[in-house]
Amino acid sequence: MQTKNHKKKPLETLVHGIFLVLGLVTVGCVLLITVYLVISGIPAIREIGLVKFLFGKEWRSTASEPSFGILPFILTSVYGTAGAMLLGVPVGFFTAVYLAKAAPPKVKTVVESAVGLLAGIPSVVYGLVGMLVLVPGIRKIFNVPDGASLLAAIIVLAVMILPSIIKVSVTALEAVPKEYEDASLALGATPVETYFRVSVPAAKSGIAAAVVLGVGRAIGEAMAVMMVAGNVANMPSLFQSVRFLTTAVASEMAYSSGLQRQALFSIALVLFLFIMLINAALNLLLKRGNAK
Amino acid sequence: MMKPFSKKRKLHNLLMKLLMWCSAGVTGALTLFLIAYVLLRGIPNISWELLSTKPSYLANTIGILPDILNTVYIVIATLVFVLPLGVGAAIYLTEYARNKRLVAVIEYTSETLSGIPSIIYGLVGMLFFCQFLGLKTSLFAGALTLVIMNLPTIMRTTQESLKAVPQSYREGAFALGAGKWRVIRTVVLPGSIDGIITGCILSVGRILGESAALLFTAGFAHALNGFFKGLGSSGATLTVALYVYAKEQGEFEVAFAIAAILMILTLLINLMAAFTGKRLKQRRDK
Repeated sequence: MQTKNHKKKPLETLVHGIFLVLGLVTVGCVLLITVYLVISGIPAIREIGLVKFLFGKEWRSTASEPSFGILPFILTSVYGTAGAMLLGVPVGFFTAVYLAKAAPPKVKTVVESAVGLLAGIPSVVYGLVGMLVLVPGIRKIFNVPDGASLLAAIIVLAVMILPSIIKVSVTALEAVPKEYEDASLALGATPVETYFRVSVPAAKSGIAAAVVLGVGRAIGEAMAVMMVAGNVANMPSLFQSVRFLTTAVASEMAYSSGLQRQALFSIALVLFLFIMLINAALNLLLKRGNAK
Repeated sequence: MMKPFSKKRKLHNLLMKLLMWCSAGVTGALTLFLIAYVLLRGIPNISWELLSTKPSYLANTIGILPDILNTVYIVIATLVFVLPLGVGAAIYLTEYARNKRLVAVIEYTSETLSGIPSIIYGLVGMLFFCQFLGLKTSLFAGALTLVIMNLPTIMRTTQESLKAVPQSYREGAFALGAGKWRVIRTVVLPGSIDGIITGCILSVGRILGESAALLFTAGFAHALNGFFKGLGSSGATLTVALYVYAKEQGEFEVAFAIAAILMILTLLINLMAAFTGKRLKQRRDK
């Protein structure tokens, strides 16, 4: 018996080692992405100057005297995300409460699979429908020369973040102990009051996590926005054609060179920093939710 | 006996109910509208000629066969790489890892990966796979980029199903004298196959829908190639082709045909994922 065990050991150690390496692949990938973005993003920022790059209001990458200010992109991303949140969070929140607490089982199944489907629809399909329904619609309703605008992007993003918000909030709401709700009902609160004054506060960190996840999705979306936002490097305004951080990278990458190309990597680095902040916040919220 | 509800309470109840119904209604209606609109505008444009030919400038026709094949190639190539990596990482986390810190770090990085936007994957994929490793703009470089993107999905679903394998199975096998690797190979893995399949289905869905990460790594050529030649050369998947036809060429009929195909595939994948996911859940709750 003893000898047999000894014989087996090298194989077991080898297998253990292989799995350790496989386990570390994700760590390697994150390091790889970070290192590449930092290395390729720093040179342009150095050449342009950090303040001029981040707070410059003009982006003229192909002009004879180019200027690389990405404030329009940053503000567009921030406003666009905020707008999408303003539209998407209330709808997502109330849908989630309805699904988790109030909906009859059959309705719940139907709406939940609809939400799952929304999550699965490719972003280019959202972009296509946005291009042909939303953009002409905005042009007609608001009587503006071109409907490809920040508003169109906000609406598309609001729809795209709905499923993330709903799914995570539903999970959080369903995890609220039933005793809390029973106690509230026994004290004479109506079901609706119980949902909003007991269940929602109890699930608040999960719901906050859902919102943060939505922020991350919205700020990172590229293709759908590219198809409806018009892509001109204006300062953000609701009915003007705008460019987001993501679309700034995507729209010029194909033909860029030299400093322009390096500046695009710097934009990606800025976007990456935003995302890392959001991820950290998300993790914090989820941890707090689990600790309870 | 009981005091009647005050007006304020009644109003609050009614208002909240109304808001819930409206929101759920909006969500449902939006989904319905999207499906109906895309299918109604897309399906009439799907023809056998579109599905079975490649674009020809001479005859001025558009065919999406190359894009369909490219999509299939990239799905296969991605799964071939991501499966061993993701399942292996999940096995390490649930079966081997003893160091809690290390597990926390790996799980944190996996969360981070799933939060990174696809455009950043595309950029890093271009820098690392296309330029540094010299793969050029090719389906293979695109597939490797997607491997990193889908790693967290496979890891998470596999981990969930590994955790659902009862501890007593492992103990039983150990008691019979089996080594750890043998237990994993013969007892644990076969018991968690449904989670791995769910992960695969979800990944296929993500690969089908991905475009931003592929634009600069896999490119947008429409050449008709075999599997290995195809992997080595640039090619558009269905989503990338949709983008190019709609945004750059204004061919909305073709774009809608592709959108309808993608929509049908999404529906199918959701159904399959729901089915396998339900089985996984049943087993876990048992």
